[in-house]
Amino acid sequence: MMNLAVHLALLLIMPPLLLGVINKTKAFFGGRLGPPLLQPYRDLARLMRKGLVLSQTTTGIFRAAPVVTLVAVFLAGLIMPLGPFDSPLHFAGDLVLFAYLFGLARFFTTAAALDTGSSFEGMGAAREVTFACLSEPALFFVLLLLAKMSGSLVLSDMLHSPLHVRWTVLGPPLVLAGVGLFVIVLAENCRIPVDDPNTHLELTMIHEVMVLDHSGPLLGIILYGAAVKLFILGALLLHIVFPFQTGRAWLDWSLFAAELVGLAVGIGVVESIMARLQMRHVPTLLVGSMLFCAFGFFLLVR
Amino acid sequence: MAFALILLPILAAGVALALPGNRVRPWLIPATGLVHLALTVWVLARPDLQPPVAWLDLDPPGRLILLVVSLMYFLCGIYAVGYLRYRGEWSNRTFVSCLLAFLGVMSLVVWSHHLGLMWVAIEATSLLTAPLIYFNRTPRSIEATWKYLLVCSVGIALALLGSFFLAYASFHSGLESSLLFEDLIHNARQLSKPWLHTAFVLLLVGYGTKMGLAPMHTWKPDAYGEAPGVVGALLAGGLTNCAFLALLRIYHVTVAAGEGAYSGKLLIFIGLLSMLVAGIFMTGQRDIKRMLAYSSVEHMGILVLGLGMGGMGTFGAMLHLVNNAMTKGVLFLTAGNIRRAYDSKSIDEVSGAMRRLPLSGTLFLFGFIAITGSPPFGPFVSEFTIVTAAFTGGRFVSGGLFLLFLLIVFMGMGGTVLAAVQGRPSGRSRMIPYRDTFLTGAPVAIFMALSLLLGLWLPTPLRTLVDQAAHYMEAPK
Amino acid sequence: MASLIDSILVAVLLLNLFILGTSRLHTVIRVVGVQGGLLGVLALLVHEHVGLLALVVSAATVTLKGIVIPFMLLRAMREAQIRREVEPSVGFLPSMILGALSIGFSVVIAQELPLAKAHLGLLLVPASLSTVLVGFIMLTTRYKAISQVVGYLILENGIFIFGMLLVEAMPVMVELGVLLDLFVGIFVITIIVNHINEAFSSMDTRKLSSLKE
Repeated sequence: MMNLAVHLALLLIMPPLLLGVINKTKAFFGGRLGPPLLQPYRDLARLMRKGLVLSQTTTGIFRAAPVVTLVAVFLAGLIMPLGPFDSPLHFAGDLVLFAYLFGLARFFTTAAALDTGSSFEGMGAAREVTFACLSEPALFFVLLLLAKMSGSLVLSDMLHSPLHVRWTVLGPPLVLAGVGLFVIVLAENCRIPVDDPNTHLELTMIHEVMVLDHSGPLLGIILYGAAVKLFILGALLLHIVFPFQTGRAWLDWSLFAAELVGLAVGIGVVESIMARLQMRHVPTLLVGSMLFCAFGFFLLVR
Repeated sequence: MAFALILLPILAAGVALALPGNRVRPWLIPATGLVHLALTVWVLARPDLQPPVAWLDLDPPGRLILLVVSLMYFLCGIYAVGYLRYRGEWSNRTFVSCLLAFLGVMSLVVWSHHLGLMWVAIEATSLLTAPLIYFNRTPRSIEATWKYLLVCSVGIALALLGSFFLAYASFHSGLESSLLFEDLIHNARQLSKPWLHTAFVLLLVGYGTKMGLAPMHTWKPDAYGEAPGVVGALLAGGLTNCAFLALLRIYHVTVAAGEGAYSGKLLIFIGLLSMLVAGIFMTGQRDIKRMLAYSSVEHMGILVLGLGMGGMGTFGAMLHLVNNAMTKGVLFLTAGNIRRAYDSKSIDEVSGAMRRLPLSGTLFLFGFIAITGSPPFGPFVSEFTIVTAAFTGGRFVSGGLFLLFLLIVFMGMGGTVLAAVQGRPSGRSRMIPYRDTFLTGAPVAIFMALSLLLGLWLPTPLRTLVDQAAHYMEAPK
Repeated sequence: MASLIDSILVAVLLLNLFILGTSRLHTVIRVVGVQGGLLGVLALLVHEHVGLLALVVSAATVTLKGIVIPFMLLRAMREAQIRREVEPSVGFLPSMILGALSIGFSVVIAQELPLAKAHLGLLLVPASLSTVLVGFIMLTTRYKAISQVVGYLILENGIFIFGMLLVEAMPVMVELGVLLDLFVGIFVITIIVNHINEAFSSMDTRKLSSLKE
């Protein structure tokens, strides 16, 4: 009961903090003070207070998409176990639902983008879907690898099998899966080197261009949903990279939160030291990460 | 004695590097060649000479090839002096020293009885001959050298992999994994079959690249086409024989293991393929030296075909080795002379060679007649032996194809040679003051005489050598 | 020990894929150097008991493949003033996929070849075969001369990996001889590459196409 409450609280409250941490890290690398850590919360509050502007070419899908996205991502958050605790929802085969909830969210976002009838947003939608085609197999390979390693199809069991023991024996596959998954985290959350979240040039945008026409509360919902997505995928990565648990509930939760903040710092560091890849090289990176994950899986089953 | 034969030319190469001035240096080549030839004859006269180390030994095919290589080198060396005298525009230091070291390394290939050492020696020949091909310093010769280096290096790398596979074949059977040919042949029956088969294929591809068998022959037309004539003669008559020796030894291991049928079929197939490819590309060929390169591809195919047939076919192949070397010497050296007289090697400009260069032109024509297998020259005897072996062995299809491809080659080559030799020389060529000299003419005449001699009469010592080489290939009882 | 050897081989295979996918020649040469260094470490690990000879071979491999040869290639590149590979005949992304397919293919083929007891379960044979195939892919699909030389180096690395299977059996002298040959070969090749650059003012081997038929 207590764990369920903490799970929900973390899922609802923590994601914008991660965005703040990333921005702060990037500012630190740039020698600036940067926006305050809690700025994303203030941004969301501000957006909620603003008025809504809707284009006349849009239909109900445009208004529904951000909500559907948020709900889908939230549901995925309920399936994903955080830390060493089981998730509120778990059943056999929930890893497939997990992956496809993200697919549903993506579908509605691109549908809303196409709904506006703007060519820029259509271009962004096409790019997003193309890159998703390349990163989803990678995600599936990682999930397959974890399923094979633990012998179960329930996400909670998969990620809670004593992975730290397996690290010593099955090091190489897990390393490969970890690297591949990190690239997926960067790709799905439109981070450098796949996509620059701060770019203002439409021709270079992938994800940002899809939300150009949203405003006010809808934009706030989208930003919040993106942050939750980062939170969840980060939690998945942490399971593979830091499979430690101490046994005491409060210590484990704090450890989990700290690790997540650490991951956000890591993403910020990667964003600061690398430049964004040329658009035509992004497929190579994604296929490379897919091959990494496939390779890890292949090593496991050999 | 082995060390003398291998190290003496390398020492001479060192001397060549040190000598200043272009005039004296070339004489080192025939001098070393003569000493090498004398030592070779001395070694061959004493068949019971003990090898100094286990890794160096002279098996009967090796004896034959050592004699051929040594003789070719000596005669081409005399020619080289005349050639280099004509090409005094830049320093011939690299050329002479590489050529001398080349002889030493070729002797190493012949003497080495260890799979790995043989590989190292053949790789060294690739590296040493690259500067020789580049001697003309034109963009086309750079292109030829690049393709030669790359293709041959890849081939040699595959041969190394094949050697490793062969070593693993003996390791896998629990035997002490040795790369000495003695041990490999002795333990041949116990070698692991899958590894042996794969090893043979890789070694065939690898050393076949060095020999110039199709489809790995792509470097040959470019390299032989752009290299100076004397280099072409040495490559066609010396280096290909060394690569053939490597292949022969490997084939012997497979025969001793009882897999002779499998590897023999592969050899026959590649031999026929090489002849076909050579015939096709020779037709309508306008460049004289490229035509000669394809002729070399064809004759390597014939060698491999005879080897694959076994029995009398092997005897024919060994004899053909000698005949081919002699006749290629004639062809390449006269082609070089013609090139210099006309300043071109394409039949677009070359015609009437018989009138312009009486000695070289006529010998070029006779060389063509010899190499395509007409009596009374040497190659006729050896090719006839191989054909007989084919038909008496029941391989009617192979024998028939062999004759057909020989015909195609004859027609293709004849078109080019006759166009070059007959007719009237062009005005431009009459202005180039090049004449056949003693140094550039005598070796060619000697080669031709030898080819004719071998067609009419096989001297007994040579017959014994060839016989022993052929019998060596039969499986030990 | 076996899992460490396998990890190194996995790293080598991934470096192959990385080399196939990138167009920056500096990166490619450095990565091939790293690969050679890894193979030197592998040479040390494969011995059951490490003797002086094994240390010498390993040190020689690391120095030659990891430092000297990349240095020579980088110098040749600097003199030729080229920076990037042009789009190869197969394309970078398809080359990478071809490389991944070659790994699968090698695994299938390696199952046909029986391994001795001591070597069962190791990735040596598939890794060696696939590295050889990746070297071929680079040799045949790239246009710049330096990339073709890198392809040849990868081919040699593949053969070296296979040689690890025979480390107890083969005399060390031949391994050293192989290394020496590689060194001299690369030396000669870089000289030729410089001459190509002088003659054609370009490293693009598509210009070396005047000799035909």
